[in-house]
Amino acid sequence: MPVRVQREDFDIGAEVAALTRGRTDIGGIATFQGLVRDTAGDERISAMTLEHYPGMTEKMLGEIEAEARARWPLDATLIIHRYGRLEPGDRIVLVVTASAHRKAAIESCEFLIDWLKTKAPFWKLEEIGAGTQWVAARDSDDEAAARWQEPARAANKAAE
Amino acid sequence: MKILYFAWLRQRVGAGEETIDLPEDVRSVAGLIDWLKTRGPKYEEAFRDTSAIRVAVNQEFADLDAAIRAGDEVALFPPMTGG
Repeated sequence: MPVRVQREDFDIGAEVAALTRGRTDIGGIATFQGLVRDTAGDERISAMTLEHYPGMTEKMLGEIEAEARARWPLDATLIIHRYGRLEPGDRIVLVVTASAHRKAAIESCEFLIDWLKTKAPFWKLEEIGAGTQWVAARDSDDEAAARWQEPARAANKAAE
Repeated sequence: MKILYFAWLRQRVGAGEETIDLPEDVRSVAGLIDWLKTRGPKYEEAFRDTSAIRVAVNQEFADLDAAIRAGDEVALFPPMTGG
């Protein structure tokens, strides 16, 4: 299933249409789209540059996606993560999950975004005024990811 | 051995990538970092706080005590901030 790491923008409508074209087994689609925000704490950011580890990024996103498929009955998934310089309002990440039932789609979408924040090798450099600063990893992101450490069986049961 | 640096580690070291001849007595990531620190003030500064450093060996996450061999690809970086 597709995992894409790209500099280019994406179109959520076109991506969902392409993912579900000709499919009549899908009953629900969940999407998460992340945008670049113009503030970081009290500071105003004018842009950010995303750096990643080519090769490992695609591999880790593939592994995270495989984990979601092991936990939930998914019919289609898509992860797109951009890199390079982005400005406030720009799209940065897209997660799409499709399943016969809504709960599997919604839960797995949330799982994927939580896990990719802590397990995919990306780093953000923010432009603030005339300077730059690297974004620090947040404990709240680790906690969000840790929530999903429960056995796969429990998550599958919840999805039924 | 190929070593990759990302984010502020790349900036402090002054290179994103380098190829080194691994000394025979260096057998772990921690040992590699100790050896890198002897290569000059930039390395010493970059690796001052190893608690802030994450590691991948051959594109798999690894611990500081992970074993390494000549020919491995070792990446050193701060905690990740994607999404």
